[in-house]
Amino acid sequence: MNLINHETVVKRMKSRLSKNSISKWIFFALTMFVLLILGILLFRIFSQGFGYLDLQFLQSLPSRKPENAGVYAALIGTIWLMAVVAPVSLLLGVGTAIYLEEYAKDNVITNFIKVNISNLAGVPSIVFGLLGLTVFVRALAFGTSVLAAGLTMSLLVLPVIIVAAQEAIRAVPNQLREASFGLGATKWQTIVRIVLPAAIPGILTGGILALSRAIGETAPLVVLGMPLFLAFLPKTLLDSITVLPLQIYNWTGRPQVEFHALAAAGIIVLLVMLIIMNSIAVLIRNKFQKRY
Amino acid sequence: METSTAAAKVVNPQEKKIVYKTSDLDLWYGDNQALKKINLDIMENEVTAIIGPSGCGKSTYIKTLNRMIELVPGVRTSGEILYRGKNILDKSYQVEELRTKVGMVFQKPNPFPKSIYENVAYGPKIHGIRDKKILDQIVEKSLRGAAIWDEVKDRLNQNAYGLSGGQQQRLCIARCLAIEPDVILMDEPTSALDPISTLKVEELVQELKKEFSIIIVTHNMQQAARISKKTAFFLNGEVVEFSETNKIFSTPADKRTEDYITGRFG
Repeated sequence: MNLINHETVVKRMKSRLSKNSISKWIFFALTMFVLLILGILLFRIFSQGFGYLDLQFLQSLPSRKPENAGVYAALIGTIWLMAVVAPVSLLLGVGTAIYLEEYAKDNVITNFIKVNISNLAGVPSIVFGLLGLTVFVRALAFGTSVLAAGLTMSLLVLPVIIVAAQEAIRAVPNQLREASFGLGATKWQTIVRIVLPAAIPGILTGGILALSRAIGETAPLVVLGMPLFLAFLPKTLLDSITVLPLQIYNWTGRPQVEFHALAAAGIIVLLVMLIIMNSIAVLIRNKFQKRY
Repeated sequence: METSTAAAKVVNPQEKKIVYKTSDLDLWYGDNQALKKINLDIMENEVTAIIGPSGCGKSTYIKTLNRMIELVPGVRTSGEILYRGKNILDKSYQVEELRTKVGMVFQKPNPFPKSIYENVAYGPKIHGIRDKKILDQIVEKSLRGAAIWDEVKDRLNQNAYGLSGGQQQRLCIARCLAIEPDVILMDEPTSALDPISTLKVEELVQELKKEFSIIIVTHNMQQAARISKKTAFFLNGEVVEFSETNKIFSTPADKRTEDYITGRFG
């Protein structure tokens, strides 16, 4: 007595196979649609801005005359900003992740903290701008400085880094920790010699992706009151800076068409920086990727 | 270390010392009692096998012997385990110190994602040995001790993950020997290995018992019969029977032991 009638199975086969190929084409079309939009965006930016992109553009300070204006101050400002954000956010983020994953007991409070860190990652960046304005710019009186901007940005990307580092640390198999403890290693030795080396690719990839988000953020810096137009370079951490997205924002708001082209050129510079950083992330991931 | 093992070799069997004396050991995972009133005396320079069906507490017991069980949240114990006369369940007993004397080999080979050399040198390094010459000697001695030296001596700097499963397990044994332990705990060390690798590990155990006290948990009764001097049969968290291996397998005192070893359950 057969419970499966093979003739009807064969009859149904055709519609199953056609559904299979239709779904494949739908997903292909969706992907193409996204790529098309991206392509149009890139084409507009490049066709507008490419003519302005030269060494003089990279080496000039902003100016009221479009032909003299350049992105130099913003580029240097962005690098300064990164110099603050990278160490602050990585140290705080990785430290927190180590504590949460390796030391904290698995109880209600820990879980509450973990859930809220994930929630923080979804908080609009402008809220972090308000926080930075209250705490760093006003209360601590850092003003509209590199330091205030960097600390605000660090807070903004911190949840992302913590979550990425937590995941990287959690992905290290427990049997490696057991092996290390079994040889008489302390917790700290196990973390430094076994867990972190195995987790570093994941931590760095997450970290660099978070930093590239910080490079592109505009809103919190606008809230902080960072200058949109700045014709000098920072010398100390308490000097003012402007950064690439702010400079672009400033140029797009000008009435002259030439400035819009400059904005497009600025976007190209920003995109190139992002591509470089993301490539570094991919390289790190490929180089250190480990199989367990 | 050297002198104590040399001394151990000349004493006659009757004078062998007790390594582990377990008295009235109870262990709970939360509300779940996993070990009930365990009493076992484990002698030095012998292979002691622990057999029993899945979930009988044999792995729990062996992990209690180096307090690895503490990594499981919510574990409570009562009773005592004297290791060389000192109660290791006492919180004042330094667990790191215990684990430098009691090495462990795990069920699945778990080498570090490092070179073969670094795997073996890990233990000595964390205990503060920095001298490259001494480390080289320890690495060679341990790899020879684990009968894997000839297979890996030309590729000590290659990643340990390139080794086969059986080689990885012997590397893990070498890593354990590198801290010059007194006791080696083996938690089903051959369950993930093919028959030939299993045979090699069993032969190795026969070599190692000359210098170390070995406690081995195994699912495989033939293995227990082949390699151990004494066998403990665990069932539902209790020790049903503990005596000479050949006695357990020929004339078991308890009906449940007989049922288990003749394959009627488990």
